[in-house]
Amino acid sequence: MSAPAAPGRLRPPAFPANWPARLAWAGLVIYTIYATSVLDVTLARFIAGLGNAGHFLSRMFPPNMAPDKLALIYTGMVESLQIAVLATFAGVLLSLPLGLAAARNLAPVAVYGPARAFIAICRSFHPVIVAILFVKAVGFGALAGVLALIVATMGFVAKLFAEVVEEMNPKQVEAVRATAAPFLNVLIMAVFPQVMARFVGLTVYQFDSNLRNSTMVGIVGGGGIGAPLFTAYQRFDYDVVLTILIIIVALIMLCELVSGRVRRIFQ
Amino acid sequence: MTHAASAATPAEGSAGLLAIRHLRKEYRAGQPVLKDISLDIEGRGVTAIIGPSGTGKSTLIRCINRLVDPTSGEIWFEGRDLARLRGDALRLARRRIGMVFQEYNLVERLSVIENVLSGRLGYVPAWRAFLRRFPADDVARAFDLIDAVGLGEDFATRRADQLSGGQRQRVGIARAIMQSPGLILADEPTSSLDPKTSVEIMELMAQISRERSIPIVINIHNVELARRYAQRIIGMSRGEVVYDGSPDGLGDSHLKEIYGGEDWL
Repeated sequence: MSAPAAPGRLRPPAFPANWPARLAWAGLVIYTIYATSVLDVTLARFIAGLGNAGHFLSRMFPPNMAPDKLALIYTGMVESLQIAVLATFAGVLLSLPLGLAAARNLAPVAVYGPARAFIAICRSFHPVIVAILFVKAVGFGALAGVLALIVATMGFVAKLFAEVVEEMNPKQVEAVRATAAPFLNVLIMAVFPQVMARFVGLTVYQFDSNLRNSTMVGIVGGGGIGAPLFTAYQRFDYDVVLTILIIIVALIMLCELVSGRVRRIFQ
Repeated sequence: MTHAASAATPAEGSAGLLAIRHLRKEYRAGQPVLKDISLDIEGRGVTAIIGPSGTGKSTLIRCINRLVDPTSGEIWFEGRDLARLRGDALRLARRRIGMVFQEYNLVERLSVIENVLSGRLGYVPAWRAFLRRFPADDVARAFDLIDAVGLGEDFATRRADQLSGGQRQRVGIARAIMQSPGLILADEPTSSLDPKTSVEIMELMAQISRERSIPIVINIHNVELARRYAQRIIGMSRGEVVYDGSPDGLGDSHLKEIYGGEDWL
């Protein structure tokens, strides 16, 4: 509209206004303001809370290193680690066929549909909620935690694995199919080589995630370090809380290092 | 349909290895890509199918090994009508047809010898493929073939994605021979290669066809290469065969009919 291109003829605007997008942004801003006012989220409360936080943090120091506490934490951490390893192993094993069944380019609709639905159900609840269900079903202890994290693992690994399979190069599969390979051989020699590296990557990532979640399922009775952590909070033993938190962070970082190595091996 | 009834036995009037009768393929109803193709392929030599892009050459070749399902017609190969086979019967028939692709279609993350041994996947059970416990004879033959296509045994354990285009196509050819095929189909095997490598690959395929007496049907854009290496040329245009004869008989008037126009000649 501003610079005339040719006399008597207007060029179309180079960057036409996207009204739906503008409306969406405006809606987001308005809703944010509304939600803030409804939920009593105010700056004054936040500033008042900072004082409490400072007090809380000061009571955390120094971390409690008493031998009896450390022994308790050690037992809990080992159990958490075991929960994570078991859940990852079983969950990944189940995710392999489930992911293949949920890949549109491999599975017929009759298989693909139910597989996708099952994965969606696995994904729809937070592991802690699933853990509550399993604690009710199988009782307190690590088994409930393992089962809860198996569900979480299937929801994540199977879904993303199915997407990896859907993105593979169909030409390589066609070539192996053309050699008269039966379905299983096509999987072994054309599909797996293309997707295995990504599958290992997903597994390693999910192990990290399971390790973090395995420290939480204990809060609802699913075993692991969660129970001692929660108890320490409730008894105001903030120095014990800090010790546990430090150990969790150290363990997660250690796993990060190891998982990087594992990924490189399978490149 | 009336044609199909009249040509029930392919043996009539042909002693060929492959007999295509009234083959028709429509991806969308009413828009045939192949219109009533009938061909006999002899049991030896190189046959080149030439024609412009989008004329159905690829579809024709893929109908033969049923990577594409024909709409109607018959494809007789080694005494069976491939167009009618399904399931395991189709798979067993397919074992006898090797295929070479334009973009090689090797499994990139597998080694050269694994790719070559893929040619045996129609013969070996899944546990052998999974554990890579291929029969010793197959492994020995795979090494021989890697040698025979001009790569040398050092290449056996190299990963396919480390190879150049020409080297990959050699692996693709070895994989096809590994099937012990009665026929090799090649879909534009030189179109992704430079001119010199294209000649080398055509030379290799002609040599294999000669020395191992495997007939080869090649889709190819390049008329010069087709003339040089094929004993028979089939010209296609708009889903129909418009030339079928020796390379010597292929004149400018035929090329004009196949490709249309004449400025490029």
